[in-house]
Amino acid sequence: MNQRIPVTELTGGFRDRADQALDDSQLRSNFRTAMDSLMKKRADAFPDEDEREGLREQGNHIKARALSKLPDLLEQLEARLTENGVKVHWAETTDEANRIVHSIIESRQGSQVVKGKSMVSEEMEMNDYLAERGVECLESDMGEYIVQLDHEKPSHIIMPAIHKNRRQVSKLFHDKLGVEETDDVDRLIRIGRETLRQKFMEADVGVSGVNFAIAETGTLLLVENEGNGRMSTTAPPVHVAVTGIEKVVENLRDVVPLLSLLTRSALGQAITTYVNMISGPRKADELDGPEEVHLVLLDNGRTGAFADAQMRQTLNCIRCGACMNHCPVYTRVGGHTYGEVYPGPIGKIVTPHMVGLHQVPDHPSASSLCGACGEVCPVKIPIPELLQRLRQENVKHPDEAPAVKDGGAKYSARERAIWWFWKTLNTRPVFYRLFLWGATRFGWMTPKNVGPWTRNHSAPVPARRSLHDLAREHLDNGGQS
Amino acid sequence: MTARNNILDKLRTGLAGSTPRPDDFDESLVTQPWQYTPEDRIQRLRALMEAVHTEVHQLPARDWPGMVQTLLERRALGNLLYAPGTDYGEQLAAHWQASGAAPDLIAYDRPVEEWREELFWKVDASVTSTVGAIAATGSLVLWPDRQEPRLMSLLPPLHIALLKASDIEDNLYGMMQKQQWSAGMPTNLLMVSGPSKTADIEQVLAYGAHGPKELVVLILEDL
Amino acid sequence: MSELFYDAAPNATRVAPERPKPRHYPEKPAAVTLFGTCVMDLFFPEAGLDAIRLLEREGIRVRYPQGQSCCGQPAWTSGYVSEARDVALSQLDLLDNGLPVVVPSGSCAGMFREHYREVFAGEPENLRRVEDLAERTYELTEFLLYVCRVQWKDLGQPTRIALHTSCAARREMNTHLHARELLEQLDQVERVDHDHESECCGFGGTFSVRMPEVSGAMVQDKTRALVDSGAAEMVTADGGCLLNINGSLEKQGQAFRGRHLASFLWQRVSGEVEA
Repeated sequence: MNQRIPVTELTGGFRDRADQALDDSQLRSNFRTAMDSLMKKRADAFPDEDEREGLREQGNHIKARALSKLPDLLEQLEARLTENGVKVHWAETTDEANRIVHSIIESRQGSQVVKGKSMVSEEMEMNDYLAERGVECLESDMGEYIVQLDHEKPSHIIMPAIHKNRRQVSKLFHDKLGVEETDDVDRLIRIGRETLRQKFMEADVGVSGVNFAIAETGTLLLVENEGNGRMSTTAPPVHVAVTGIEKVVENLRDVVPLLSLLTRSALGQAITTYVNMISGPRKADELDGPEEVHLVLLDNGRTGAFADAQMRQTLNCIRCGACMNHCPVYTRVGGHTYGEVYPGPIGKIVTPHMVGLHQVPDHPSASSLCGACGEVCPVKIPIPELLQRLRQENVKHPDEAPAVKDGGAKYSARERAIWWFWKTLNTRPVFYRLFLWGATRFGWMTPKNVGPWTRNHSAPVPARRSLHDLAREHLDNGGQS
Repeated sequence: MTARNNILDKLRTGLAGSTPRPDDFDESLVTQPWQYTPEDRIQRLRALMEAVHTEVHQLPARDWPGMVQTLLERRALGNLLYAPGTDYGEQLAAHWQASGAAPDLIAYDRPVEEWREELFWKVDASVTSTVGAIAATGSLVLWPDRQEPRLMSLLPPLHIALLKASDIEDNLYGMMQKQQWSAGMPTNLLMVSGPSKTADIEQVLAYGAHGPKELVVLILEDL
Repeated sequence: MSELFYDAAPNATRVAPERPKPRHYPEKPAAVTLFGTCVMDLFFPEAGLDAIRLLEREGIRVRYPQGQSCCGQPAWTSGYVSEARDVALSQLDLLDNGLPVVVPSGSCAGMFREHYREVFAGEPENLRRVEDLAERTYELTEFLLYVCRVQWKDLGQPTRIALHTSCAARREMNTHLHARELLEQLDQVERVDHDHESECCGFGGTFSVRMPEVSGAMVQDKTRALVDSGAAEMVTADGGCLLNINGSLEKQGQAFRGRHLASFLWQRVSGEVEA
C-alpha cells in the first residue's frame, strides 16, 4: 500500500494554503512545539546580550564588506579554488546550473547522486531535473530524506521535516521501505542510516551546498550534525558543490563570528558536530576524498537584489532559519504555505527576486511587521524594512519602473484611489473633522459585516464623541477635571 | 564564460561609484569572551564534549594504547582501523604485538577504491590523531592527510581521537592564528564536536546518524 | 543612522544602524502636545482624555492641536509612499513648534521617531525637522516615567492584570519595560504573565484585513493566552492592538476585555471609580 501519510497537501495561493494549514491542528501543533523549542535554544545560546549584539554587528559588517567587493571576491575565490584544483562554474539561471551539474555527471557516466543538504539545489529543483534524465538523486540529510520519500518539499530550511511527527515518519518508512512501524526515533534513524550508507558507497557523484566560501584560501566550509555532508563530499569520486554568489566571504577569520552566529541562531548549538572545510580534491598521494571537486556559483535573481543598495542587504543572509523560528506567521502556517523553496521572513524577501512578484504577490503582505525576524537576524538584515520596500514595489504602476522582478504585481487603481481618498482626508483638517463628525454620529449604523475585519472581530463601532471633540471641550474648560 | 561575465558585470554596475567597506574586524569579540585558565580549558572542553555524548579520558601519554585496547575489549569489538605510517600508529602496533590484544588491527594503507565494501561495513572502530582542540566550543581539530585519510574519522561506528593536552586552545580564532591556517589549508580540515547526531524527527536527539555513533577522546598529558 | 541615508554613493553597501544609545531625558516641561492618534480618536477617545488627565496631574499644560489626524503609518506600511509622505508632512508642519510630543501609542511614536526618516529620505530640509521631532517625541509611559518621574500611590482595589505591548512599541520604544515599571509602582496591582507574551497579537494594521486567516489565528491565540492568564483584565498602551483584541473577544462572546493603559493608570492614581 503506497498510501500517502496524513500531511495536508496545500494548494492555491498563499491565503488558500494558509487557510488549509491553519485548519490542520496536527501541523499547527508540530510547528508551535518545534518553534518554541528552537526559540528557547537560541535564547539559551546567547546568555550575554552585549556579546550577542556585538557579534551580530560584526556579522553584519563582515557580510556588508564582502558584498561591497563581491565581484572582486568572487574572482579571488575562483582563482584560489582553481589553484587548489577545484573547477569553478558560473550559472545565471537554475536551468544553467542544472545543465552544468548534469554534464559533470555525464562526463563520469554516473547514474547515482547522493546529496548533502543544499537549499540552492532545492532552488534548482535538481532532483527532478536529474531524475528526468535518468539520474537517481538521493537526499541524505535525514530530514531531507524523509520529505523526499514523501515527494514533498522541505518546510524549514534547517529542519526540513519539522512538519511531521514520529508517527508520520514511521508510517512513511513502513509504506516506502517496508520496515515495521515504530515510535522509537533511534530506530527510525537507524533505518535511515543503513539505507543511506549503501548509497554513499555506491554513488558516482556527491552534491552539497556551501555555508561559507572563503576567497582568501579557496575553501568551501560546510556545517552539519549528521555526517551526511562529510559523506557526500568525501565518499563519492566526484563532489559538486552548488551555492549562491552571496556566500563568499573575504578572509578565513571572517568565518569565526559568522560560524558562531549561524549555529547558535539556528539550533542554539555552540557549534555543529562537523565543520567541514574543503580546499581541494584528493591529492595524488592521498587515499580517499573525491578525485574531482566542482563549485557551481548560481545567480538566480541575486544580482537583481544586489542592484539596489537597500535590497542588497537581503544577501547578508547566512540561512540560519532564526527568522522563521521566531515568526508568528510562519509558526502558524508552516513552510509549505509559502509555496516556494525559502519560507518564512527570509523567504518573503528573497523569493521575489528569484521568481518575481507575479508568482508570489502575497509574500510582502504576509507579515504583521511585528519585527521579531529583524530582532533575531544574526547578520542584522532589516527584514521588516525590506518587506515594506517590497510592498512599495508591489503596488507600483508598471510605468513607475519597479525595482523588483515583476514589480507592480499588486497594482490596483481602486486601491490607489482609496489611499488617495485617505490622504485627502488626513491632510485637510476640515475634511478629517467632518469625517469624525459623521463617524461618531452615525457609528451605530456600522454594518455587522465589514469585510475581512468582521471575520475575526465584532463590527468596529466608533465612539459617540471623538477625542478631538472631548479634548477641545476639556481643554476649553481649563483642563484639570 | 558569458554567465561569469554577465554576473560580474551586473555586480560591478550595482557598485559603480561606491567604495569597498573597510575591514573593521575586531578580534576581541571572538576571543575575549572565550578565554580560560589552563585547568579551566581542559575542564570546559571535557564538559562540552561530554554534554554531547562524547566519552573523555585523561591519561598519561604513554598509557593510551592500553586504553584503546581496553575500550575495544569493553565493547567486544572485533577490529580497529589505524594509520600505520604515523608515530602513534607505530606505538599502537607495538603495543598490540606486545600485549597480544584480540581485536584485529586494520591498516588504512590503500586507496578507498580497493576496499570500499570493507571500509563502509566491516570496520568497528578507528583511532586517529588530532592537531588540537578548542575549549570554547568543545571541538577537536582534525587535519587528515596521506597517512591518515579523512574517512577514518567518519565511517567506523566508534571513533577514538588522541589529543595532546597542550594542543588545546581557548577559541577558534586563536587556533587559526597559532596554526596559521590561512597560510595553507589541507584538502580537508575538520572540526569534530561529538559523535554524529540528528534531531530531524520531532527534534528528538538521536546519535549515530551517518557518522560515528560513539566518539571517545583521549586527552594525553605530557610528562 | 546618518550613514544609512547620506552616504556619498547612493548604491553603497549598507551596514545596520548603530545600536541606539540610552535616551537622555529632559526636565519636566511646562507644556506638551498630545498626539492622540487616529485609532484613539475614533475608538478610544476616553483613553486619550485619561492620558491628558495623567499629564495634567503632573502639572503639565496639554495642547491638543485640532488639525491633527494620522501619523501616516497605514499608508506607509502598505507601500503607498507618497500618500504616507503627504499625511506625514501635514503632521510634521503641525507639530513643528518645539513642544514635546506625547503619544499614547508606541507604534505611532515609533513612526515619528524611526520611520519618518525613511518617509522623507532624500529631503534634507524635512529630514532636519524630522530629527527635531524625533528628539522630542515620547510614548506616554516613557514620558510619565522618565520625564515626569512620577511616584504614584495606588488608590484602587487589589487586582490582577495582564499587559500586552504592541510589537512596534516593544521593539522601537521599549514600552513593555516602561509600562511594567509604572505598573510596579501600583502596590495593589499584580501583573501576571501570559503565554507567548512578546508575540504579536495579529493586528499589523492592514495585515488584519489583507490576511484575515493568519491574523485571526494569531488573535485567537493571543486572546486565549490572556483569558487563561488568570488576569481580571488586559491593559495595553496601543490602540491598534486594543481594537484587535477587544474586537476578537467580543466576537467570541468572551467577557474578558482589555483597556488602554492610560485609562487604567488614571483610575488607579485618581481613585476614580469606573463609570
